[in-house]
Amino acid sequence: MQTTLTKESNVGKLALNTKPIMSMESISKSFSNVKVLNDVNIQLYKGEVHALMGENGAGKSTLMKIMAGVHRIDQGKIIYRGQEVQWANPMEARDNGISVIHQEISLSPNLSIGENILMGTNLPKNKLGLVNWNEIHARAEIILRSIGSTLSPHESVSNLSIAQQQMVEIARALSFNSEILIMDEPTASLTDTEIEKLFDIIADLKQKGVAIVYISHRMDEIFRISDRFSVLRDGHGVATGTIDQTNPDHLVKLMVGREVGDLFQRSLRVDDYQSQQPILELNNVSSKGVKSLSMQLYPGEILGVAGLVGAGRTELVRAIFGLSAITEGGVWMEGKKINIQSPSDAMKYGIAHVPESRKEQGLFPNLSVKENIVMAELASYQKKGFIRYKLINHDADQFIERLGVKVATKEQNVMGLSGGNQQKVVIARWLSIKPKILLLDEPTRGVDIGAKTQIHQIISQLAEEGMAILMVSSELPEVLAVSDRILVMHEGKIATTLSGKEATQEKIMYYATGGK
Amino acid sequence: MQGNVEVVKNSNHAVKKGLQYYFDQLGMVIILFLLCVAMAIFAPHFLEVNNALNVLKQLSFTAILAAGMTIVILTGGIDLSVGSIVALSGVISVLSLNHGVNPIIAILLGIAVGIVAGFINGYLTAVPKLPSFIVTLGSMTYLRGLALVISGGYPMVLTNSTFKFLGAGSILGIPTPIYIMSLIYLIMFFVLKYTMFGRHVYAIGGNEEAARLTGIKVEKTLIKVYTISGLLAGLTGVVLAGRLFSGQPTAGMEYELQAIAAVILGGTSFVGGFGRIQGTLIGVLIIAVLNNGLTLLNVDSYWQKVVTGAVIVAAVLLDRLRTKR
Repeated sequence: MQTTLTKESNVGKLALNTKPIMSMESISKSFSNVKVLNDVNIQLYKGEVHALMGENGAGKSTLMKIMAGVHRIDQGKIIYRGQEVQWANPMEARDNGISVIHQEISLSPNLSIGENILMGTNLPKNKLGLVNWNEIHARAEIILRSIGSTLSPHESVSNLSIAQQQMVEIARALSFNSEILIMDEPTASLTDTEIEKLFDIIADLKQKGVAIVYISHRMDEIFRISDRFSVLRDGHGVATGTIDQTNPDHLVKLMVGREVGDLFQRSLRVDDYQSQQPILELNNVSSKGVKSLSMQLYPGEILGVAGLVGAGRTELVRAIFGLSAITEGGVWMEGKKINIQSPSDAMKYGIAHVPESRKEQGLFPNLSVKENIVMAELASYQKKGFIRYKLINHDADQFIERLGVKVATKEQNVMGLSGGNQQKVVIARWLSIKPKILLLDEPTRGVDIGAKTQIHQIISQLAEEGMAILMVSSELPEVLAVSDRILVMHEGKIATTLSGKEATQEKIMYYATGGK
Repeated sequence: MQGNVEVVKNSNHAVKKGLQYYFDQLGMVIILFLLCVAMAIFAPHFLEVNNALNVLKQLSFTAILAAGMTIVILTGGIDLSVGSIVALSGVISVLSLNHGVNPIIAILLGIAVGIVAGFINGYLTAVPKLPSFIVTLGSMTYLRGLALVISGGYPMVLTNSTFKFLGAGSILGIPTPIYIMSLIYLIMFFVLKYTMFGRHVYAIGGNEEAARLTGIKVEKTLIKVYTISGLLAGLTGVVLAGRLFSGQPTAGMEYELQAIAAVILGGTSFVGGFGRIQGTLIGVLIIAVLNNGLTLLNVDSYWQKVVTGAVIVAAVLLDRLRTKR
């Protein structure tokens, strides 16, 4: 895990003697009463690579979006080139030299590379006021060559590999003559040689005095190219310094060193339940985002799944639930091989799935609380082909009481509930099918602490009753508080399996970031 | 990070939103009522029983189409082909009748035309996931074309009494199409409210992805929805042939637009998931009363078109204002 602390250049350090190009002071930002950033300070200097570190949800993206003019700050001030600024929109930030290379590629696949690179600038025009295509492609070519790319500006973006598209993204960001360049996980989809090329480009940009904000979860990269670092944790800036003042272990500690606080701590199982037959077993399963993965799930246990964004956790759940095809390997349930092709197949085997995004995948925004609860199990409420609302009302009342859903009436529209209560409604829907296996994907995302504790208690209760629970979560304290065992995933594979007792945030982060 | 942020509305707001919803429905009833009052005052003979029955008989055709259109729009789709199905169904049933087919079989054939056309619409929309607008724009054109090809472009005269009874007959002084329409609306009400299929239509319209994850067979349900819309259009074609005493390849022209306008006027949202069959009936009535009143007031038929068109735009505007809230 120890990485060599050699530097590509010392430009960053030299620049520290001068004034910062951007200084963000006491930045606070809330989204509907949830404080996402709290009194954060960060300085960027010309010619430095500044690593911005933090767990999922620590506030990195929000901070980045504030720099780039996507979000406005609630409190604090941003000094840029010696003047206080408040961007009206991302275009204004970009015109003033702040560019972003997003993690997700945001090119128009139907257009040529040249058009994509110059998109958003004032396109060159000819005498008639029409777009001058030759000029576009010539300018794009100059930018492409400057980053060592041999791509033709005439090529359509839809023909490019992901890595090539990433290069176009970089070229586009450079077309704005940036003074600050924000890179969000730029190497996520690049091969080793392409990463080397990217690092050459970064070194070159540093020489030209560009300040680079570098967001990455890969420790080796951070220590190779960064000059300084800042760590965010739960919306607070917890540390900042030069990279030679730290090491990977120290950084991980800074990132996760959160108080477990008020979280409900479940008493983990100590019996030797793993000698029993697993209820669900995956053998060398490959699927979209999952590479030959094997695991067992036992009745009555809570199996936590931890990992960084993109590690394949959600993809694992989707493969089990029949949402993405299993291309290799097999799934066994209670010792028998099963073949799940669709969610309704999975439900027949008694598998339930609380999806990651409540709003996009969970709720029916047009329906009442009670209908949202019973929708998966409507068949059991009909007699002679007609739905009996009396039965539905009875069961809905029971679930509302059992899960403590706070409602004015069960007839009210589900969108009128708070996030926590909406989540309970989705969980209730899945309990209504009386599952043997419950797959939970981020069960408490966007839920306040009170509801979070209640949901943890509900999950624990279910496990005690013998249900097997697989819980994906990006919140390590949550994983640690309820999991009997913890799978740590990295790049589609299981990096390690830890028992709930021995696991710590540091250990999980170590394996999640690719430690061996 | 925004994923962590949910817009939390308090329950008061929800209750208000619920009331708002009923008010929207009530709002249309009020508009209908005011429209009737205005016509009663200004248009001679508007309140006469014969005129009322006439209005109902005339609206029953688009009303049956609008019932099917309602469930299509509830899923977030659209069916532009119903008018053309009306024509093809009428032409084929009359053609088979004139070739000596039993009238009941001929009627069923006409309905079958609608079922097949609707199934194809549904399959293309649900499985290769083509946009329903494109799929039904295409079928609107080719079905109309087929009707013209088969009939040679001329109306095919009908002499059968069963057909005539269906379209132009009456029971206890009330025209048969009104019975058929009422039956369809009654069935549709129960289907939407009290069957799994009906609730799945709402679920899919509200959130298709959530419906799929909930184990609802989205493709099957969508195919059923378009098939039902086609079936009702096929039925309309047969009944209309009975009323016109002929199978006409140009019948049902622009009926799809009237049906869509009625559905939207009735409070069903283009977004999908929100709406009721009762509302559609109100929407159909508003358009029918408007047309009838304008005729009674001797408004030039060209101007009637202008007014009806403006009403359609107003309907979409209403829909937008509703979803904005």
